[in-house]
Amino acid sequence: MPAVISAAGLARTFTTKRGPVEAVRGIDLTVHEGEILGFLGPNGAGKTTTLRMLTTLLKPTGGTATVAGHDLATDPVGVRRASGYVAQSGGVDPQISVREELVTQGRMYRLGKSEALARAGELARDLDLTDLLDRPCGALSGGQRRRLDIAMALTHRPRVLFLDEPTTGLDPGSRADLWDLVRRLRDEQGTTVFLTTHYLDEADALADRLVVVDQGTVAAEGTPGALKLRYGGSLDATLQDTFLAITGRRPAPADAAPVAV
Amino acid sequence: MLLHDTGLIYGRYLRQTLRSRFAMLFGALMPLLYLLFFGPLLTGLPLGGQGSSWQVLVPGLLLQLGLFGALFAGFMVILENGAGVVERMRVTPVSRLALLLGRVLRDATVFVFQAVLVVLVALVMGLRAPVPGVLIGFGFVALLTVSLASLSYAVAMKVRTPQEFGPLVNAVSLPSMLLSGLMLPMSLAPAWLDVLSHFVPFRYLVDAMRDAYLGEYATAHMLYGALVAVGFTALAVTVGTRVFRTAGA
Repeated sequence: MPAVISAAGLARTFTTKRGPVEAVRGIDLTVHEGEILGFLGPNGAGKTTTLRMLTTLLKPTGGTATVAGHDLATDPVGVRRASGYVAQSGGVDPQISVREELVTQGRMYRLGKSEALARAGELARDLDLTDLLDRPCGALSGGQRRRLDIAMALTHRPRVLFLDEPTTGLDPGSRADLWDLVRRLRDEQGTTVFLTTHYLDEADALADRLVVVDQGTVAAEGTPGALKLRYGGSLDATLQDTFLAITGRRPAPADAAPVAV
Repeated sequence: MLLHDTGLIYGRYLRQTLRSRFAMLFGALMPLLYLLFFGPLLTGLPLGGQGSSWQVLVPGLLLQLGLFGALFAGFMVILENGAGVVERMRVTPVSRLALLLGRVLRDATVFVFQAVLVVLVALVMGLRAPVPGVLIGFGFVALLTVSLASLSYAVAMKVRTPQEFGPLVNAVSLPSMLLSGLMLPMSLAPAWLDVLSHFVPFRYLVDAMRDAYLGEYATAHMLYGALVAVGFTALAVTVGTRVFRTAGA
């Protein structure tokens, strides 16, 4: 499978009053076309910073990366055209109507007026927002808001969709709906999905492959099964124990000596 | 592309403004109060220039409107940053210059509209000034608001909280107002204050605009005023665009 995202030594150091802070120390990763990649890591591990670099919001201070064949440093506009991004906070104005936000978004991706209007209707149908088109964005429920955020990011049919903690704060029903939506996107459109999450059940259920980052570097990567086997001790290990073993927050239980002989 | 993008962003924010018409009128309240309750105090005073006291006061009030209004424009970006709107726009291919220009042109539209209101009321109060001079004055208000709003957005993208932004704006706006001779002409000032005021760019705009209101267009004041206004605007827009391009650090 061809790589749609590849990063080598991607790094970002922030200069603060108290000296330099290395948020991301050098991330190497490859994401294949049509893959759902779960990007995990403890708070402060550098997940969002990495995502912000891959979406051109933040300039890397080291390393290189390409997204859909476009180099982050030399062709940021190409990267923007090929990718959609849903930030943790979403990104719609609560006072503006759903329809207006969707249409303006289409126009920002250089669609004509009538095309943008048609695309807004299409997205609303696909993401079950048709009845909400004339409501102000601020009047939507959490789950509806998330669907709108994703609709906004899908306006230009991106090859890669970046989701930053997409199900945080959603009720279980809305989370299950969102999982179905992500799977459908991949299965029907072949969209590559790069998502960060703190919910390990989400990573387990949704992701084809996981990349675990810790302290700004990749600590482990592989399919959920492979990681469980390697770090958790067996395929039956929970992803929770596997995650804790990888990030070293708890002693690794796996290869410890048997309790009794 | 730039034109298309700027028009798009401008339209979005103009519609947002039109949704809250009350706020739009409210912005003109401060200069209107000055006109009504401060203007009459000046009519009999020797202000050291030609023309009536209204020809001195009204240009100052219009620039004051722009100064205070545009400096606070950044508050909107702080709110938008909180909602993720700015980032969502920055991941689209939309021009970075347009992200700024669309916003500041909306601000210029709002403040010129308010300036027209103030001039209409001033006419009723007793202002008499040549039409070309008044129109030139609106031009200065537009340039001032474009430049100050650009800087305000740039600062707001950097500081990110209203708690930091508010005091900063206050620290700039009040000295700027006092030192530029907005309320009373600096020709009344002692030498040291007059010299000091020449370090405040708005001083040149006020002087030029007062000349315009007297119908004197080919003056040194006018030349300096125009140069400072255009130069300051170019600088501010450059700084603002750079921030929209690189922000996030």
